[in-house]
Amino acid sequence: MNYGELLNFVAPETLVVLAALGVLMIDLTTLRGSPHKSRMRAGAGLTALGCFAAMGALALTPATTPAGYLGGMLALSPLTGLVKGVLLILTVLTAVFALESQFTDHVGEYFALLLLATAGMMFLASAENLLMIFVSLELLSLCLYILTAFHKENLQSAEAALKYFLFGGMSAAFLLFGLSLVYGLTGELELARIAAKVGPGGVKLDALFVLALLLVVAGFGFKVAAVPFHLWAPDTYQGAPTPSAALIASGSKVASFFILAKVLMAGVAGAQGSAAVGSLVQGWAPMLAVAAALSLVVGNLGAIAQTSARRLLAYSAIAHAGYLLTGLLATDHREGMASVLYYVTTYALTAVGAFAVIGVVQEKAGEDRLSAFAGLAERAPWLSFCMLIFMLSLAGIPPLAGFFGKFYLFKAALIGKGPPAAPSMGLFWLILLALAMSAVSLYYYLQVLKQIYVRPSPDDAPAIRAGALSKVTLAVVAAGVLLLGCFPNLLLRPLLEAIGG
Amino acid sequence: MFAWTIYLSFSGVACLMALKPEDVRSARLVAMVTSVGGLLVALVGAGQFNPGAGLTTVAKVPWVSALGLEYHLAVDGISVTLVVLTGLAAVAGVLFSWNIEFQTKRFFAFYLALIGGVYGVFLSFDLFLLFVFYELAIVPKYFLIAGWGTTRREYGAMKLALYSFVGSAMILAGLLAAYVVAGATTFNLVELAKFPFPRGFQMWAFPLVFTGFAVLAGLWPFHSWAPTGHVAAPTAASMLLAGVIMKLGAYGCLRVAMTLFPLGLHDWASPVLGFASWRDVFGVLAVIGIVYGAMVALVQRDFKFVIGYSSVSHMGFVILGLMTLSVIGLSGAVLQMFSHGVIAGLLFAVVGRMVYDRTHTRVLDELELLGLNRALPFAAGTFVVAGLASMGMPGFSGFVAEFQVLIGAWKAFPTLAVLAGVGVLVGVAYTLRAMQKAFFSASDLAPTSAELAGAELAGAPAPALEPVGTMGAMGSGHVGPSHSVAAARAGEWPERAALGTGSSGPGHSGHGLGDISIPERLGATLLIALTLLIGVYPRLLLDWIEPALHSPLMEQVLKAGDR
Repeated sequence: MNYGELLNFVAPETLVVLAALGVLMIDLTTLRGSPHKSRMRAGAGLTALGCFAAMGALALTPATTPAGYLGGMLALSPLTGLVKGVLLILTVLTAVFALESQFTDHVGEYFALLLLATAGMMFLASAENLLMIFVSLELLSLCLYILTAFHKENLQSAEAALKYFLFGGMSAAFLLFGLSLVYGLTGELELARIAAKVGPGGVKLDALFVLALLLVVAGFGFKVAAVPFHLWAPDTYQGAPTPSAALIASGSKVASFFILAKVLMAGVAGAQGSAAVGSLVQGWAPMLAVAAALSLVVGNLGAIAQTSARRLLAYSAIAHAGYLLTGLLATDHREGMASVLYYVTTYALTAVGAFAVIGVVQEKAGEDRLSAFAGLAERAPWLSFCMLIFMLSLAGIPPLAGFFGKFYLFKAALIGKGPPAAPSMGLFWLILLALAMSAVSLYYYLQVLKQIYVRPSPDDAPAIRAGALSKVTLAVVAAGVLLLGCFPNLLLRPLLEAIGG
Repeated sequence: MFAWTIYLSFSGVACLMALKPEDVRSARLVAMVTSVGGLLVALVGAGQFNPGAGLTTVAKVPWVSALGLEYHLAVDGISVTLVVLTGLAAVAGVLFSWNIEFQTKRFFAFYLALIGGVYGVFLSFDLFLLFVFYELAIVPKYFLIAGWGTTRREYGAMKLALYSFVGSAMILAGLLAAYVVAGATTFNLVELAKFPFPRGFQMWAFPLVFTGFAVLAGLWPFHSWAPTGHVAAPTAASMLLAGVIMKLGAYGCLRVAMTLFPLGLHDWASPVLGFASWRDVFGVLAVIGIVYGAMVALVQRDFKFVIGYSSVSHMGFVILGLMTLSVIGLSGAVLQMFSHGVIAGLLFAVVGRMVYDRTHTRVLDELELLGLNRALPFAAGTFVVAGLASMGMPGFSGFVAEFQVLIGAWKAFPTLAVLAGVGVLVGVAYTLRAMQKAFFSASDLAPTSAELAGAELAGAPAPALEPVGTMGAMGSGHVGPSHSVAAARAGEWPERAALGTGSSGPGHSGHGLGDISIPERLGATLLIALTLLIGVYPRLLLDWIEPALHSPLMEQVLKAGDR
């Protein structure tokens, strides 16, 4: 093995880890005793700097590793480059919005963990080896558990972290068991080699293999908060410090969905099966279809009853996991991958933005109940307008990114393998359910907007003011959501080119 | 040319967002300039439009080439008619919103966004684009009603938004299915209409998409958002809602559902419950809507509910006209869209702006005591004209339109035509009842304007309204909620409660209710002139509409009508 070459390949991750160490060191040495605000600024600044450096390195390092490099431990492709870029952007946004909330004295540790979580996500994105996938996923998860517990004065934060940790530990066990069964059945760890053994003439799709698939789906189902593995989400979203919740809702979602798509589509594609009406075939597709349908129903109906903005976002995240799982069912894997990545990227941007607004309001109002948003449009017109964009995009109202994303997911799920693309309407039942549920979702997103735009602010409502940097960043995110909706090609074309084929 | 209607509206929104919230006058000015600009663009475009040339492309550029989506705007005679209607309704709506003082800038921003979306729907010939604009129009409606409305506004707004969104989910499902079945390469209406969708597919896709659009057209039994939404909406929003939003639905039924799935209109293999096809089903629902809407309007206590239900009734004629599948019926339907857009706008303007903003009550039993024909002669006169037009009096646009629909229906469904005729008669009854009660009833019991003025000068606040309020509260069920809401709102926003009375201060005019302002007179004159113009010379629109119905696009639809 050539270490120089390896270093070249992992330069972005290395820079992120170095930044993590740098933040930790500087905060514990030179900035010791400085005011909290400047420590936060320095931490966020260094985090952003590290991420930008990593983005630069991404652009400069070779985009592809040779086939079979390190047994799939590190498999770079233009697509992983794109996903890593998205993850880095999301981390930068999270760090910038972290400036709006005060929840900890351990500034250095917080940003260091944020960066380590990012490194975990980046390794996850380029892993095509079962062991590496598990290790990176654990790196990511452990960082997220700690980030969730970071608000030490808040009991909810501790409770949320404990729940998240217990559920997470359990699901990691499931995942590991599932992966080990896959290894035992195929004798391979590398996704490409597993793929060669699964399917006609290879490993039989017997009860043991189905169990392995079920355990894998369950393990990832936890990460993406799909029903019935979603129970941690509402408490974690509500209790975690705002930036941590934002990262869980955005970066972690992107990385988890990407790796789930890769494992299913590149690793065990031969065992896909079908959830189509009239041609039900054993495999992972029916499992995902059930999880998708349940997530859509539970997420959307559950969100209706929420009075806390963060819990509402948590249920909405569950619902969005349902839409995304629909896209994974696509039989044309190129379309499926492109639509899932388009959707999860735009969703993550929207979620980060929404959490930023909630964070600002919660910091000033002291609570995240919907009524705290009453009359926000008069107190903070700019924040309100951004929230309008985010909520409507989540509801899937054109011309915002969420609408095109949904449309593309549904199209990918319906279209058969091409070319020429043959219609396969077998999944239409799931699409109908998804459309019906998106009509339900408008109700609760409008509940938030109703508070902001329709209800008057109470007389004793605190003034809501965000920092200039946050405002500008929010505007950029909102503009991005609008632009990606009006001109989907901005993201779609690079995605399709990166996926190739 | 036409495309500028859309761009103008959205640049108007951008301008408004840049304004300061206190700058009410500039906000009005921007709204006025934008909507007049849109109307002028529409009129100039219509002047240049050659009906014989068929479909005229306005703009066509690739949008998302990977999915075959295009930014494709085009017009035919039907679109031109409705674009002109939108321009007119937009101008009239701004004129009747001149007294909005609360968050004026935001009101007009939502208003113009709505208008822009409506223009977009009428101009799009790429179905994805059409759907984008269609949904774009839903959200501003919600905020206009919930933010500036009256009676149970949050409820009415949410109900309307959810009905619309469920409808559009049905539409999206149908369009997605059509797109995928046709190979997922294009959303172009003309090309999709050429694709031979299997008959079995059309048989379920047609009712799905048709119903999705018909929800917004107020088809019975999916109409119930309409009366509550209309009543809750501020005047301009009810004018737009009845004037153009309901037309979006009817337009979609014709342009998308019927054009794309003409086989869905053919007879089923065997009749079910006496219905032989979806055409029969929707025809019957339309007539139920006509009669039911009229009957319910007959017994309303709230003036605005009368007009709200009358909209359901009149939109029934549009759907009935569509289901005749004959040139005369279809052109009658399009004409009725235009005509009802104008007349309903006028009626809502009288009820919402001229009467309610001054009297703060819409309960007919209370209005009865006010002698409004003397206090507000202009409003009374306008309502008489609008009422006559609404009843279908010859010389007004409503007559030409409904007459054509009835002739078409007579050929297609004789029984239904007779029933629809009954609906017209009931229409006369509820219009006259409302007219009588609101304006011409017991005016000798009411204090004269001189007495009112005298009482106000003596310092008693609103003497005419206090006794009325208590009497009404004892008498009618509708009063309770409407008054408590008004009271609650007065508590919430003192400045808003003062909004209507601002123009009716004692020094302002001779009686307590305030004069009809110039913008109101202008708006009313504009709309009355239009309904008269089309009533006397319907050729003006029919010359646009009829060639469009003979276009290749409609060939299959008309063929489905030859049983």
